[in-house]
Amino acid sequence: MASSGFFSRLKEGLARSKQKLTSGIAGVLTRRKLDEKALEELEEALIAADLGPAAAAKIIADFRKTRFNKDVSEEEVRAQLAEDIAAILAPVARPLELDPARKPNVILVVGVNGTGKTTTIGKLALFWKEQGLSPILVAGDTFRAAAVEQLQIWGERVGAPVIAGPPGADPAGLAFDALSKAKAEGRDVLLIDTAGRLHNKRALMEELQKIIRVLRKQDATAPHSVLLVLDATTGQNAIEQVRVFKEMVDVTGIVVTKLDGSARGGVVVALAEGFGLPLHAVGVGEKAEDLRPFDALEFARGLVEV
Amino acid sequence: MFENLSGKLAGVFERLRGRGTLNETDVAEALREVRLALLEADVALPVVKDFIAAVREQAMSAQVMESVTPGQQVIKIVHDALIAQLGGAGAVPLNLNAPAPVPVLMVGLQGSGKTTTAGKLGLRLASRERKRVLLASLDTQRPAAQLQLEQLAKQAGVPSLPIVAGETPIAIANRAISTARREGFDVVILDTAGRLSINQELMDEVRAVRDATHPAETLLVVDAMTGQDAVNTARAFNEAVGISGIVMTRMDGDARGGAALSMRAVTGAPIKLVGVGEKLDALEEFHPERVAGRILGMGDVVGLVERAQETIEREEAEQLAAKLAKGRFDLEDYAKQLRQITRMGSLSSILGMLPGAGKLAAQLDESKLDGKLLRRQEAIILSMTPEERRRPEIIKASRKRRIAAGSGVTVADVNRLLKQFDDLSTMMKRVNKLGQKGLMRHGLAALLPGRRQSWH
Ligand SMILES: Nc1nc2c(ncn2[C@@H]2O[C@H](COP(=O)(O)OP(=O)(O)OP(=O)(O)O)[C@@H](O)[C@H]2O)c(=O)[nH]1
Ligand SMILES: Nc1nc2c(ncn2[C@@H]2O[C@H](COP(=O)(O)OP(=O)(O)O)[C@@H](O)[C@H]2O)c(=O)[nH]1
Ligand SMILES: [Mg+2]
Ligand SMILES: [Mg+2]
Repeated sequence: MASSGFFSRLKEGLARSKQKLTSGIAGVLTRRKLDEKALEELEEALIAADLGPAAAAKIIADFRKTRFNKDVSEEEVRAQLAEDIAAILAPVARPLELDPARKPNVILVVGVNGTGKTTTIGKLALFWKEQGLSPILVAGDTFRAAAVEQLQIWGERVGAPVIAGPPGADPAGLAFDALSKAKAEGRDVLLIDTAGRLHNKRALMEELQKIIRVLRKQDATAPHSVLLVLDATTGQNAIEQVRVFKEMVDVTGIVVTKLDGSARGGVVVALAEGFGLPLHAVGVGEKAEDLRPFDALEFARGLVEV
Repeated sequence: MFENLSGKLAGVFERLRGRGTLNETDVAEALREVRLALLEADVALPVVKDFIAAVREQAMSAQVMESVTPGQQVIKIVHDALIAQLGGAGAVPLNLNAPAPVPVLMVGLQGSGKTTTAGKLGLRLASRERKRVLLASLDTQRPAAQLQLEQLAKQAGVPSLPIVAGETPIAIANRAISTARREGFDVVILDTAGRLSINQELMDEVRAVRDATHPAETLLVVDAMTGQDAVNTARAFNEAVGISGIVMTRMDGDARGGAALSMRAVTGAPIKLVGVGEKLDALEEFHPERVAGRILGMGDVVGLVERAQETIEREEAEQLAAKLAKGRFDLEDYAKQLRQITRMGSLSSILGMLPGAGKLAAQLDESKLDGKLLRRQEAIILSMTPEERRRPEIIKASRKRRIAAGSGVTVADVNRLLKQFDDLSTMMKRVNKLGQKGLMRHGLAALLPGRRQSWH
C-alpha cells in the first residue's frame, strides 16, 4: 500500500479539529521549563484524543521522568511525545500479509455495526487486485437490509466476483460453499463479509464461531486472518470490543477506519499496550483507494499534532 | 479497568462517613473519582471540566443534611446534576407541530445508524401515532443506501419514495416533499448520507437540503460508543444545520454512553430517542435518569424495577415481598426466582443494573450462568427436603453429599448454589428494605451501601 498523499490528506482532515489541541500544546510550549501545569495540559490533550485517562496518565508519567523541568522548545516536546507514543505502537504496526502458496487465503472480517467492514473489504480487494492477485468476496451479511447489494456494488467497482445467497441465508453455509468455489478456481484471497454485531450479544458472537467451525471442516487452517474493523470515532468501548472479539473469534489483526474525520483514534494506544494485536491498516475515506498501511510514527504525530 | 464508580466511590465514602459536614477536601477527593469515571465513560474533556466545576460549587454551598453521610450527599448532587445536564427527568417527545407534510431530517456521521433509525421512526409514527409516513433516502453516496431504506420501509410497512437513479439529494428532497403534499402524507422522513463534520462540501449540501425543506425536526444520529470526538461532531452539525434533537443508537451495547452528555452540552438539544437493537421496533424514549446511572457505572435501578415488574407476576412478587419482609427468603423461593429469571433475561444482566451488584454479576458471568445452569440449580434444590429448603443453614457435609448424589452433581456444585443463594438473599434484603416504591423515589442512591436514612 503506497503511502503517498496519505498524510497530506490525513492532516487536511485533522486540521480543524486539532486547532484546540494545537493551541493547547502551543500554550504549554511558550514556557521555558516543562512544569507540572504543562504536563497536565499535555495529558489533557491526550485524553481529548481518546487515549483514555489511564493510558494518558501513564504516558505523561513516563514523559515526566525524562523531561521534567528541562528547558524545552515547542518542537522538542511534540516530537518527543510522538516518539514515545510511536514506540508503543511500533511493535503492532504490521501489514497484512498473504501466503502466496495458499489458494485461497481466507480472511474473515468482523466488527460491531457500521464500523466499515464492507467498505474495507472493497478496499482490500482493490489493493490485492492491483498486485495481480485474484480476490473473491462473500456476502456473509445476510441480515442487514441491502447489505448483499452493497457488497455486490463493491465487487463491480473493484472487479472482484461476489458470492451471495438469499436474504436470511446461513452465513456459515455460504462461507463453506464460497471456500469450495475459491479453492476450485484457485483464488488467492477469499474475503468474508459479516453482519455487524455488538460484542455483548452472545448468540451473535456464537454465530461467528460457527462460521469458523464450518470453514475448518474444509480447511483446518482457516480462517487465516480474522480482521476486526474499528471505527476511529469510538471511545473507550473499543477496548471491550477487542477483548471480546479476540476471546470469541481469535482476532488476528485490526483495521481502524474513518481516520479522515476529526476523530483521532487514540484508543489504539491502549489497545496496543493491552492486546498487542497487529494494526494492519487505516481507512481514510469512502473510496476504494482510501486504505493506507498503519504507520506508528505518523499516527502518533497525528495524535499530538506534529 | 472497568471497575465501576460505585465501587470506587464506596472506598472514598467509607473514609468520609460519619464526619457530618462536607469540606473542600472531601468534595475534591470524591470529584476526582467522578472525573475519572466520566472520562472513562467517554464524556468529552471540556464537558467534564464544566460539569465538575458546577458540581463542586453546588456541593460546597449545599446544606449539610443530618441524615446522610457527606459521601452520599456528594453522589446525590452528582447524580442530580447529571440528570439535569441530560435534560431533566422524563422524555422529550418529537415535535411534529407543523403543517403536513412535516419534514424530519436525519443527519450524522457514516455508519451511525441514520437509515435504520429512519425505518424505526417510520414504523413508530405509523403504528403508534397512526401517521401516514413517507420515507425518502437522499443518500447517493453509500452503495445500495437507497435500496437499504426501501427494504426497511417494506419491513415497516411504510411507503418509500420510488428511487430515481442519478438524482441529486436536493432533487430527491424536493420530490419527496411534493409527493407527500400531493398524496396527503403527514410526515416525510428524509434520510441523508453520512458525512464527516470536516467535509465542508457535504455539510453545505445538507444545509441546502434543510433550506429547501424546513424540517420540523433535524435529528442528529449518534453512536453510543462515540468518544471524545462527540463534541466536534455535535458542534459541526449544529452550526451547519441546527440540531433539534439527538438520537443515540446502539444503547443495547455495553458502552457507557458519555457522548450523550457531550452532545447535549454542546448543542443544548435534547436526546429524544435511543436505539436499542437492529430490529425496527428497537427504538425507545430517552430517560435521562436511567442514562445518568449508566454513565456513572452505577446501574439502572429504575430500569431494573420496571423490567422486573413486567415479568414477575404481581401476586408472586407481593408474596415474595412479604416473605422478604419477614426475612424468610428460602431456597424454595430461590427456585421460583430461578424460573422467573430465565423469563426476565440473564441474571447477570439484571444484577448488572443494580448498584453494588457489579461484582456479583461478574461472578455469575464467570460461572457462565445460562439456562442449563439454572436448570441444574433447580435440580439441586429439588433434591433437598422441604426442611432443607426452608432452613439452608442445616445443610452440612453429609446432607450435601446426599443432595449432590440425588441431583447428579458434585458437592462443589451444591456449595456453589448455596453461596449464590446466600449472596442473592443478602442483596434481596437490601432491595427489600427500601421496597419498590423506595427504589423509585430515591433512585440508585437508595441502594448505596452504608445508607441509613432517606434523603427527605
Ligand atoms: N469517511 C470514511 N467513511 C468510511 C470509512 N470506512 C467506511 N466508511 C463509511 O462508513 C459507513 C459504514 O460502512 P460499511 O462498510 O457499510 O460498514 P459495515 O461495518 O459493513 O456496516 P454494517 O454492515 O452495517 O455493520 C459507510 O457510509 C462507509 O462509506 C472511512 O475510512 N472513512
Ligand atoms: N445493535 C444496534 N445496531 C444498530 C442500531 N441502530 C443501527 N444499527 C446498525 O448499525 C449499522 C449501520 O446502520 P445504518 O442505519 O446503515 O447507518 P447509517 O450509515 O448512519 O445510515 C447497521 O448494521 C444497523 O443494523 C442500534 O440501535 N443497535
Ligand atoms: Mg457491512
Ligand atoms: Mg444510511
